[in-house]
Amino acid sequence: MPQLMLNGVRIDDTFAEAFGMVATAIVITAPSARWAEQAAVTMTGFATSVIACGCEAGIDMIIPATESPDGRPGVRVLLFAISPAELQKQLQNRVGQCVLTCPGTACYAGIASGAKLKLGSTLRYFGDGWQISKRLGGRRYWRIPVMEGEFLCEASTGSTTEAVGGGNLLLMGQTRRAALAAAETAVKAMTEVNDVILPFPGGIVRSGSKVGSRYPALIASTNDAFCPTLKGLQQSALDPDIGSVFEIVIDGLTSDAVRQAMQVGLKAAAALGPDAGPVRISAGNYGGKLGRFHYHLKELIE
Amino acid sequence: MSALVFSLKAAPSQRLDLSKLTPGRLKDMKPAEIQRIAIGTTRQPLLVGDIFVVKGGDAAEIRFDGGSDRFDLLGHGMESGVIRVEGDVGPKAGRRMRGGEIEIRGNAGPWLGSQMSGGRIRVSANAGDSVGGPISGELAGMSGGLILIGGKAGRRAGERMRRGMVVVSGTSGDYAGAAMIAGTLVLLGKTGNLPGYLMRRGSIVLGRGAQSLSPSFADCGPHELAFAALLGNALAEHEVKTGKLFKGALRRLAGDLAALGRGEILIG
Repeated sequence: MPQLMLNGVRIDDTFAEAFGMVATAIVITAPSARWAEQAAVTMTGFATSVIACGCEAGIDMIIPATESPDGRPGVRVLLFAISPAELQKQLQNRVGQCVLTCPGTACYAGIASGAKLKLGSTLRYFGDGWQISKRLGGRRYWRIPVMEGEFLCEASTGSTTEAVGGGNLLLMGQTRRAALAAAETAVKAMTEVNDVILPFPGGIVRSGSKVGSRYPALIASTNDAFCPTLKGLQQSALDPDIGSVFEIVIDGLTSDAVRQAMQVGLKAAAALGPDAGPVRISAGNYGGKLGRFHYHLKELIE
Repeated sequence: MSALVFSLKAAPSQRLDLSKLTPGRLKDMKPAEIQRIAIGTTRQPLLVGDIFVVKGGDAAEIRFDGGSDRFDLLGHGMESGVIRVEGDVGPKAGRRMRGGEIEIRGNAGPWLGSQMSGGRIRVSANAGDSVGGPISGELAGMSGGLILIGGKAGRRAGERMRRGMVVVSGTSGDYAGAAMIAGTLVLLGKTGNLPGYLMRRGSIVLGRGAQSLSPSFADCGPHELAFAALLGNALAEHEVKTGKLFKGALRRLAGDLAALGRGEILIG
């Protein structure tokens, strides 16, 4: 594969291939940042990949008390799914089990436009008739009595069909430590970009997959071309100096946000140089025929 | 474009029906046509031109220079635009209003915003009885929109309201929120006897308590509610000063248990 160079790091002249998704956002607030984050972490647990989790979800940004709807610290959470119906189901289950139950939280729409998804308008039935509807400034809220006090939840949130899932970077290091340093550095930089999430643990995937398997029951299996323990074999895409590979998957509310996150992450990782960080950076695609969105690394480093 | 201005020539000799002078109804009319609109309410015919000097402008914004408690039905059923009054108005200002804004720099009579369903009414001074309420024979009061009263309100403010919000910055009379169906009534000054009398649903917030409370409300104790902050923010957007009312705990009384009992009085 033809290669480019950035700060001594080899950059493959290839592209990341990503897919259209539906997405929504909610804002969770609590009396302290600790509990707002706890609710967000809990509701975005087991939401790394739509393959088995139903949705991909993560924390998009921390919202300071001065900018939150009720003057308390908050976080914004993004959820991505492959259909509006699945997104609705995941949203309802996750908010119902993880935010409603969490001390002190309130839940608001995180996106105003697009088709409405039900939030409090279904969770209100938990109130068993004691729930109270309030309309303020054109927005409807539900107050649901709970053992702790009261759970405040906006009736609905917006959604977008312009979302993109599956933007990615492959960071290759001489050692596991160098590859992880590259991935951690990229994640730290990408977290600063708004409207994107990195749904995998700490933003990093150590077991990237390819489509299909030799076992008919599986739809995805290990990306053997990038497994360093197989690098001497014929199908390997790895060079002899590569000892470990990490992938970062990016979902964003817009294609521009995904592109920006990839650019920021790529540059931050490459800035470490080949000794402390990556020796080579690539991206995953399926030949360009499956996904609508292509992000060429060459354009990102220009 | 400048506003359409009605300057009061002298105190009206009879009650005036101003329901025809709304932005929607005066749209595309020339000042000469407007002056020929009948606004009398007695057998003595009375035209706009007899009472006001009309200065042409965009009817989307109407201004009355000078007011009177004989200005009845100001902004009746209006859907959009703005009406400003430099002076007092009489009964039923903003009745059945659906949108737009009425600003009264003076006092308003009874049934202010009666059965309104949208828009905003702001009164700088006092309002009469039954703010937002129904008139005889009607089953429900206001069903949406916002009424802001800078001064005092009479008896039965927010009577039978279904939706929307009424805010009284000064004191208010007896039976505030009587038979409320739902909605929000914020009484920042002290209120009279028995607020929330026979209310079904809805919230009444008392900034400085009431003269007397009905025993048919159950004391549910003080609570810190996230909703209170939201309500405080919503009022701040309309420049209503609420001090520390929505910053701390509010004592919640559930009732009226003599009716459905799903409403509440929140006391700061």
